[in-house]
Amino acid sequence: MSYANLYEAPGPRGVRRNRVLAAAVALVLLALAYVVYVRFDEKEQWAAEKWTPLLRGDVWATFILPGLAGTLGAAVAGVVLAGLFGLVFATARMSDHRWIRVPAAMVVEFFRSVPLLLLIFFAFFGAYVLTGFHVSAFAAVVFGLTLYNGSVIAEIVRAGVRSLPKGQREAAYAMGMRKNQVMRLVLLPQALRAMLPALVSQFIVLLKDSALGLIVGYDELVDRGLNGIAANFSNVIPAAILIAAIFILINLALDRLAHRLGAARGQ
Amino acid sequence: MEALLFERDTVLAAFWMTVRLTAVSALGSLVLGTLLTAMRVAPLASLRGAAGVYVSVARNTPLTLVLLFTGLGVGANLGVELSDDIATNNFWLAVIGLTAYTSAFVCEALRSGLNTVPVGQAEAARSLGLGFVKTLRLITLPQAFRAVVAPLGSILIALTKNTTIALVVGVSEASVRMREMIETYGDQVIEIFLGFAAGFVLLCLPMGLVFGWLSRRMAVAR
Repeated sequence: MSYANLYEAPGPRGVRRNRVLAAAVALVLLALAYVVYVRFDEKEQWAAEKWTPLLRGDVWATFILPGLAGTLGAAVAGVVLAGLFGLVFATARMSDHRWIRVPAAMVVEFFRSVPLLLLIFFAFFGAYVLTGFHVSAFAAVVFGLTLYNGSVIAEIVRAGVRSLPKGQREAAYAMGMRKNQVMRLVLLPQALRAMLPALVSQFIVLLKDSALGLIVGYDELVDRGLNGIAANFSNVIPAAILIAAIFILINLALDRLAHRLGAARGQ
Repeated sequence: MEALLFERDTVLAAFWMTVRLTAVSALGSLVLGTLLTAMRVAPLASLRGAAGVYVSVARNTPLTLVLLFTGLGVGANLGVELSDDIATNNFWLAVIGLTAYTSAFVCEALRSGLNTVPVGQAEAARSLGLGFVKTLRLITLPQAFRAVVAPLGSILIALTKNTTIALVVGVSEASVRMREMIETYGDQVIEIFLGFAAGFVLLCLPMGLVFGWLSRRMAVAR
């Protein structure tokens, strides 16, 4: 994508002016970076003993890799269950029967507008009070991720089915398929393929949201990084930067995957 | 039900905090997001690069981590004090975190809005002699804003729900109050949960309706 149409291609004077401006901007950005550097330095955040633990194998083995496993575990469990929830409720919301359609719509709209954290709190603190059962932090996080993202996925799937040409459904009926066959064999497979990029993007959201687990004490990456590494080496900022970098790398890779899936369909 | 009625003042106070966090961060994100959009389409490569890096970092980091970074890192570790009062200080730290995160999404929405503005608009503006800043400010950005009213509404709703995460910086908003009440009134867990959920539905539903109406009203007819 190019936005070059927003300005004229610069002439000789423009090129010179742009160079001066670009240098000025770079200077300002560098000055900003320097201010940050100095402030960190005052608090000794660049001290080697705060950074070298991040390179040690035992730190990775004790904190980062288990944390990463926790994050990915919750995210994968969440996305599988949310996918199922989404498929069921998307189908229910497109039902011909009002008594299925309306409650399904209410469930989806409700879980879409309640903050994920409230769902996790409800599962974690509420379930114990209600049933006497101790719900593990993992289960509470997956519960929240499933209901919230499941509702979003239900809407994505429904939009995907609605975007299909009407002829698909009509042709399937003309061949004598039943309602459930039309949905299962004709509409959903096509809709899912069309929605693949949106689903991958939703997986990124889900992966980021799994970090909420730290509030109920689930051992995921942010928790292991800040409450594990930082507690042992008092290096909050270096640890936070490393954890952020891991998340950014994973998400950028997923983002690229989503784009590629989208592009593959566009051909 | 009695618990919610009995504690209605503290519940309302908690939701008032949610509303204030949302309003201030929304304003901040709109300003910063617009600035970032302008930077991302600017003729200067250094501006484009800086904004691009910022957006992909902020968008791909979990909000929990962003807020912990502002709270623990910037607040506690670097000793940045925005106010003498701890509660006010935490409020502003949370606003900074929420704004830093949300503005990246505002920038992405606005940039896709710029894509909907026909090339001819910018070309016409240039042929009238408008420079980059004026073209953006007078011609293309206003049309881009009108095209992305609905996505901006979704971002605002997401922001409202995201303010619950401000509890990691020590702001006592609705989610903190709900946890405390579940622990105090163990016999009314479902009512308490539904009450707080209803509070968020009441906040978000009108936003969705208003933004839906606005987006239809303000859509650029082409």
